[in-house]
Amino acid sequence: MAPSDDVKVLGAPPSPFVNRVQIALNLKSVDYEFLEQKVGFKSELLLKSNPVHKKVPVMIHGGKPICESLIIVQYIDEVWTDGPGILPLDPYDRAMARFWAAYVDDKLWPTLKGIRSAEGEEAKAAALEQVMEAMMLLEDAFVKCGKGKDFFGGDTIGYLDIALGSFLRWLRATEKMGNVKVLDETKTPRLFGWAERFSSNAAVKDVLPEVEKLVEIAKFFAAKAKAQ
Amino acid sequence: MGGDEIVLLNGWFSPFGARVRIALAEKGVTEYELKEEDLFNKSPLLLERNPVHKKVPVLIHNGKTICESLTIVQYIDEVWKGKSPLLPSDPYQRSVARFWADFVDKKVYDTMKRITRTKGEDQERAKKELLEIFKLLEGELGDKPYFRGDEFGLVDIALVPFYSRFYAVETFGKFSIEAESPKLVAWAQRCMEKESVSNSLPDSKKVYEFVLDVNKKLGIE
Repeated sequence: MAPSDDVKVLGAPPSPFVNRVQIALNLKSVDYEFLEQKVGFKSELLLKSNPVHKKVPVMIHGGKPICESLIIVQYIDEVWTDGPGILPLDPYDRAMARFWAAYVDDKLWPTLKGIRSAEGEEAKAAALEQVMEAMMLLEDAFVKCGKGKDFFGGDTIGYLDIALGSFLRWLRATEKMGNVKVLDETKTPRLFGWAERFSSNAAVKDVLPEVEKLVEIAKFFAAKAKAQ
Repeated sequence: MGGDEIVLLNGWFSPFGARVRIALAEKGVTEYELKEEDLFNKSPLLLERNPVHKKVPVLIHNGKTICESLTIVQYIDEVWKGKSPLLPSDPYQRSVARFWADFVDKKVYDTMKRITRTKGEDQERAKKELLEIFKLLEGELGDKPYFRGDEFGLVDIALVPFYSRFYAVETFGKFSIEAESPKLVAWAQRCMEKESVSNSLPDSKKVYEFVLDVNKKLGIE
């Protein structure tokens, strides 16, 4: 089976986790079929392919499902070895990339949500403080990992760029909804510059969703949560 | 690799630290400094080397710091790649191993903690969830000796340290894990026959005493 045969991605376009997979496949110039899953609805194929978590993204390669966005990205990196490497070569650099990617998932994503769901100015300020703490740490990580180059991965987009970059439109959506600044040029100038470079990259620019769409979706889910 | 300077900041009670000790043992790495941490009185070195999470384990290899147990285990696998590979070589099998190691990370510790720190309905719910988690893991294990097949690997390393917590969880929850998940207990006992595992896991009764002690310190009855 040639590596590029039969690649399907089950996903929803607004999901940053799904975007990660799309970006990785684009970086490797791999053609794939995107099977759009409606937000909030779980198809039979999804439930069959990811019975444990029942979530997108799922990548199905030659009939075999791979789940969890960062695990899928590592799989893509290991199968399509012709394209640019996504994970660094050096074991220590790889460990750093994995550490910070896990940090993004465990700390940044939930605290971003905290801003959107905060009730009252005090709660919002507290949530924002947590997010800014994370942003400052990531600014520092950018220096250590990128070593003065354009991306966390160096000259080309790497694992941590994908992990964090997939959240950029959600960051913007959160800024709009909360009327706050998260990606601040004065506080995190390197991340600010990196964000522009990442978003405009050929492998990324058609993948990241429009901010307005995300605001719409966030409002929909917030209303749904309130109604329950 | 000669001339390596390795320090492991650990807690004897930590299942996450045990993962690192098992991985090092599997690779035949025995020359390292093991620094014991007190979670209620963290050392300046720990706070300096893991400022983000302030947790054990932390591996310091020739001055470089690596944190988060599964990241450390994968680092160990990649550095000492000549001996006992912890991950399969096939990319799909690797993704399966990473998936289940991640599953263990997301579910087991927190659910066990809920059993030892709550009572009544909350505890009953946690017990039910733990047994469901174990059922899924038994399904993945099947009839294989280890999660990967014939060879001990990442998923075994991720999960087996929690075996030393079974006694504590059973005592708090007043139930038997072996009765509900016999295959999993058989797998754990098989792992315990390996020196790398039995030397790295603490005594179950000591863990139970430790959990009682922590609860007292946290003001949990």
